[in-house]
Amino acid sequence: MPKNPAIRKVLVIGSGPIVIGQAAEFDYAGTQACRSLREEGVEVVLLNSNPATIMTDKDIADRVYIEPLTVEVVEQLILKERPDSVLPTLGGQAGLNLAMELEEKGFLREQGVRLIGTTSETIRKAEDRLEFKSAMERIGEPVAASLVVENIADGTAFAAKTGYPVVLRPAYTLGGSGGGIARNQPELEEILANGLRLSRVGQVLVERCIAGWKEIEYEVMRDGAGNCITVCNMENIDPVGVHTGDSIVVAPSQTLGDKEYQMLRSSALNIISELNITGGCNVQYALHPESFEYCVIEVNPRVSRSSALASKATGYPIARVAAKIAIGYTLDEIPNAITGQTMASFEPVLDYCVVKLPRLPFDKFISAKRTLTTQMKATGEVMSICDNFEGALMKAVRSLEQHVDSLLSYDFTSLSEEELLRQLERVDDRRIWVISEALRRGVSYERIHEITRIDSWFIDKIAILVEMEESLKDGELTRELLKEAKRMEFPDAVIARLTGKTEEEVRGLRDEYGIVAAYKMVDTCAAEFEAGTPYYYSVFGSENEVFTPKLPARRGTKIETVSRERRKKVLVLGSGPIRIGQGIEFDFCSVHCTWAFSREGYETIIVNNNPETVSTDFDIADKLYFEPLTSEDVENMVRLEKPDGAVVQFGGQTAIKLTKSLMKMGVPILGTSAENVDAAEDRELFDRILETCGIPRPRGYTVYTAGEAKEAAHKLGYPVLVRPSYVLGGQGMQIAIHDRDVDEFMGIINRIAQEHPILVDKYLQGKEIEVDAVCDGEDILIPGIMEHIERAGIHSGDSISVYPARSIGQGVKATIEEYTRKLARALHVTGLINIQFIVVGEEVYVIEVNPRSSRTVPYISKVTGIPIVSLATQVILGKKLKSLGYEPGLQPEADFFAVKMPVFSFEKIRGADIGLGPEMKSTGECLGIAKTFNEALYKAFLGAGIRLPRHKNMIITVRDQDKPEAVEIARRFEALGYNIFATKGTARALMEADISVRLTRKLEQESPNILDLILGHEIDLVIDTPSQGVEHSHDGFIIRRSAIETGVNVLTAIDTARALVTSLENADAEKLELMDIARIRARR
Amino acid sequence: MRAFLILEDGHVFTGKSIGSTREAVSEIVFNTSMTGYLEVLTDPSYAGQAVVMTYPLIGNYGVCREDMESDRLWPDAFVVRELSRLPSNFRSQDTIQNLLREYDIPGIAGIDTRALTKLLREQGAMNGMVTTRENLDLAEILPRLKAYTTGRVVEKVTCGESYVLPGKGPRVALLDLGAKKNIARSLNRRGCQVTVYPADTPAGVILADRPDGIMLSNGPGDPKECPGPIGEIRKLYETDIPIFAICLGHQLLALATGADTYKLKYGHRGGNHPVKDLSTGRVYISSQNHGYAVDTKSLDPGVAVPAFENVNDKTNEGLCYTGKNIFTVQFHPEACPGPGDTGYLFDRFIKMMEVEKHA
Repeated sequence: MPKNPAIRKVLVIGSGPIVIGQAAEFDYAGTQACRSLREEGVEVVLLNSNPATIMTDKDIADRVYIEPLTVEVVEQLILKERPDSVLPTLGGQAGLNLAMELEEKGFLREQGVRLIGTTSETIRKAEDRLEFKSAMERIGEPVAASLVVENIADGTAFAAKTGYPVVLRPAYTLGGSGGGIARNQPELEEILANGLRLSRVGQVLVERCIAGWKEIEYEVMRDGAGNCITVCNMENIDPVGVHTGDSIVVAPSQTLGDKEYQMLRSSALNIISELNITGGCNVQYALHPESFEYCVIEVNPRVSRSSALASKATGYPIARVAAKIAIGYTLDEIPNAITGQTMASFEPVLDYCVVKLPRLPFDKFISAKRTLTTQMKATGEVMSICDNFEGALMKAVRSLEQHVDSLLSYDFTSLSEEELLRQLERVDDRRIWVISEALRRGVSYERIHEITRIDSWFIDKIAILVEMEESLKDGELTRELLKEAKRMEFPDAVIARLTGKTEEEVRGLRDEYGIVAAYKMVDTCAAEFEAGTPYYYSVFGSENEVFTPKLPARRGTKIETVSRERRKKVLVLGSGPIRIGQGIEFDFCSVHCTWAFSREGYETIIVNNNPETVSTDFDIADKLYFEPLTSEDVENMVRLEKPDGAVVQFGGQTAIKLTKSLMKMGVPILGTSAENVDAAEDRELFDRILETCGIPRPRGYTVYTAGEAKEAAHKLGYPVLVRPSYVLGGQGMQIAIHDRDVDEFMGIINRIAQEHPILVDKYLQGKEIEVDAVCDGEDILIPGIMEHIERAGIHSGDSISVYPARSIGQGVKATIEEYTRKLARALHVTGLINIQFIVVGEEVYVIEVNPRSSRTVPYISKVTGIPIVSLATQVILGKKLKSLGYEPGLQPEADFFAVKMPVFSFEKIRGADIGLGPEMKSTGECLGIAKTFNEALYKAFLGAGIRLPRHKNMIITVRDQDKPEAVEIARRFEALGYNIFATKGTARALMEADISVRLTRKLEQESPNILDLILGHEIDLVIDTPSQGVEHSHDGFIIRRSAIETGVNVLTAIDTARALVTSLENADAEKLELMDIARIRARR
Repeated sequence: MRAFLILEDGHVFTGKSIGSTREAVSEIVFNTSMTGYLEVLTDPSYAGQAVVMTYPLIGNYGVCREDMESDRLWPDAFVVRELSRLPSNFRSQDTIQNLLREYDIPGIAGIDTRALTKLLREQGAMNGMVTTRENLDLAEILPRLKAYTTGRVVEKVTCGESYVLPGKGPRVALLDLGAKKNIARSLNRRGCQVTVYPADTPAGVILADRPDGIMLSNGPGDPKECPGPIGEIRKLYETDIPIFAICLGHQLLALATGADTYKLKYGHRGGNHPVKDLSTGRVYISSQNHGYAVDTKSLDPGVAVPAFENVNDKTNEGLCYTGKNIFTVQFHPEACPGPGDTGYLFDRFIKMMEVEKHA
């Protein structure tokens, strides 16, 4: 079937802000799909509230709307743009839910807009627990005994019948939000109550527990003619019970025979056919480890995190093919873009092994429970490829960037055997390290399997790695042993540690023995066909095939005129796994930088290990190396490719950290030099520069010990900011108001090996201002000045950011421009620089300078229409801003407002403190853009999912210094009709100001107290500002956690509360005006 | 112990010996299936060939003897990247290492199977030798390798005498040209009574048993090396009995009715090949194992027309015989290993037999 000619203009719905369970994979899928549609001549209208994405670029779609993802907005957008079709299967659960609501309302039918890529019937069949169950029964596919319940009594009755434990899965939620395993009735009641609240339809599935079974996934594709294939299957090393997003996953399955493999494959094809899916679909199975019994756990009738992983694991571009199917093509008509010779109906086969590890945020949320459950907690993931499992696991481990480089990295040697076995029972992010230690102690495979239910095949593989550690420790480092250790991807540094040699000695031995990395292709077909655009992974002990492909001129780029032989090569370092503090913004920068180099005629090489991102799509760079971002791995590749230069300023801290190593390898750093990056981080050097430039900064000291830190704090006077240097996202940064805070922070910071000094600064409470600028060595270009709503003290990534800045005058703006110019010049910046200022009155202080790209780059580029990554790249290549057609300096301000709102995933991380401070905690962001500030702010809150009011009840409990401001805010909420509850101190302050307030008892007081109020589901909003420094009472923490887990909005900064009330005062959803940001042009 | 794989073009791969240490000269072919190594090893179509598995981790789930597609292992040698030291599966009874030794099949592990596959892809199927002999004299070996042919392997793999799988449904005569067990099983499971005949059975003997349908099986080697069966198949063709043929059977029927076959550069061996049913346009993923194909240009439309084609390289994957109750496929609807997506063809055959019977 050829393309449906009636499909000319398609609305693609994105997935909104990055939250745990819905992350960068949807930017990757959406971007690929938009490009796939546009190459068919289809006009694409894009809607996504997330400004950090690549999909919301005018390069990707014809019309781009960064607007809240609500039914009202989609309706307005359809009326405005009049697309003939809506494609909702690329925006994760958010997109699918929106499409369902529109369909249920009859809006699409009324407007004559067709849903493509799926039907509402398909969505309902796959997503509604009851309909899904009956569909599965119809085709004889087993599902675990289960019951959909809408109240707690039905749930307990069912569980009493089937027996505990039972699994709870709320309908229509992200990443298994609110789900869990209940072992007894009290647990059931607790989890069920939470799940019912979180489900869009108030339904929760209570299910027979199949924990401990093998968890297997299949990615399947089907076209409109009914042809179907499987792209790949995957086996979770963690048995059923751990969310697949938090599991260690291997592709293809390793412990399934052909009979099991084909049984589940046939089942997956039956299911996709029964659900009548056109496009991609993910089916998750539980397979009994000792029989052929299986059950279907879940079906995702859309692209998903697993499909992104399957795409990267096989080279099969699922989203691209799904988009083509959506507009009418059949699988046998769509060429396989990697081989160029086979068709999309050819099932990929692998001749390597893929391992995915989740990136869990427990380094950020120290108080959080590390336990892994059916509720996903990972913020991102890494993927590695090798020709053996051991090697793939080792590579994945060091890709995590969590101070781990081997199975020795977490030390459990101090545990007694009994404690160790107990630790084995705890399923957390360190489980493979615990297993390793158990194996070192001689615990049998059977025992480990009994406790963990992990298949013995995987336990044996871990044992092989442990045996290698022993061999390296005990024996002589012979050629054979070294070769074998490298085959298993032991890093040189680990071999050195185990053999008592230096890393250089190991390197030397490798050179002597000729043990070097070779690169193999991911080509979808196990070498059966020649590949046109493959990507690469390293192995040891095999033939290198990196230079063999006979490439024609690259698709899509206009570089045919440049002779291939003479093209210079540039290496772009990616940013690794998505984590709090380093999100997709850096992927946006890496990708745009790559495209800019390509346009300048360079051959581009990307190294990255994140399967969720656009940068690891097969056709972004000329060459993609799917590798860990460590200096050894990068060096192996550099020795082969010999790039003419490397760019580190776009890949976040991950890339910056590699600067010195690259220089040692003799790779020129393009753009700002390493010395100048250092100068910005080195306290003394930087102070000297500021002094020369005459720029003030809050006073501060560099210290190494707690004693020195306290001394510094006394000299400065409390409050002070304490933070390690060389970190991103404010990791480890705290405001201290007392000596004991300093002691505590120093303890936490020093838990991680600290090579760099610690900074202690005077804490100034002023207005925080942020600037991104491009500098060509002489001139600077500032696209715009951003202002934070929250005053200094809250991490910039967690603050609401407004462009253009509203509350500073021309004088201050001029000072900021001047300081930026001086600093960029003094640091010899070539490329991007990000500066954070504090403005107190008319005084401007510099608090932080980063001579590299920042989190705000995508957002400021989009709202000003100035492509700063592309400009920075051209500047790096020696062009001057003036010659690029830009007038240097601060650019004219927009005649609209853009508000960037942080979005958090606190409800997913049990035990995480949600109070905002200098350490970043948000996982994503959304944008509100409008003619007026109030509307922009309202849109931003809407986009972040804050929908008020429901019950018009709120609680205010603030620290003393916030009370005067809380009064003013409470008055405004009161005027909006809110009933205000407050604890004693706050209540008194409000009553004195004549605000009617209901007193609620504190936590420690008898029921009903503040907690009962929150758990009563009648509260819309809690404003709770934590006291500064370390909070020693646990009350605030409990209140905030309870509120978050009950689905109540919680604000922990007084400024955010003010912004919210402002936006509510101006709320009028009917009148939102939608803005196509593809039409924003730089104002000249 | 070290082992060597020597290709006729002089490439030498050094690895570790697995299984028997016997020396073997054979045609080297690669299979891309990620699971089903036991089914591959016991598929009689691999007689006269040495198999390279492109998937690097082999033996992970051990050996379950009931999955064997015949009573023994057939390839002359087995070539893998890595054999698992600890198989893990609830049905596993043994390891591949032991099985290779039990059937005296030599093998080599630890070589760069991807590099080998690329050589075979680029230069076409090649002969080679697996040996544990050190100090090799290539000048002496290479001519021997070049001279190797698989020869008349069908007679080696077919059953010694006929036997019956009882059933209450249509009675099928299965001509065993090297049949995988699952062909008979697929028919038998659908109720057919299956009588299996050795490859050299005269048509008259089969017809005397008055079967409702005739099934021609898969098998090894060059179809043109089977003049005997081709002649008998011609006689079967001339009756009105419904015929369904797979792989070698499909090629022999084509040769018997005047069409031609040719050798593919490196064949199709794996479980992921898309084939298109030309009458419906539907595409199915099929299990494949063949080095020869029917030349569509040689077809007389009055005799047979293409029914299936390979979506990737457009080679013939099946024929429909004009005016006859006969259809044949190049791929393996019986799967094992590989996807069972085309298992419906057995139902089609049974229906054909039933219609014919009641006609």
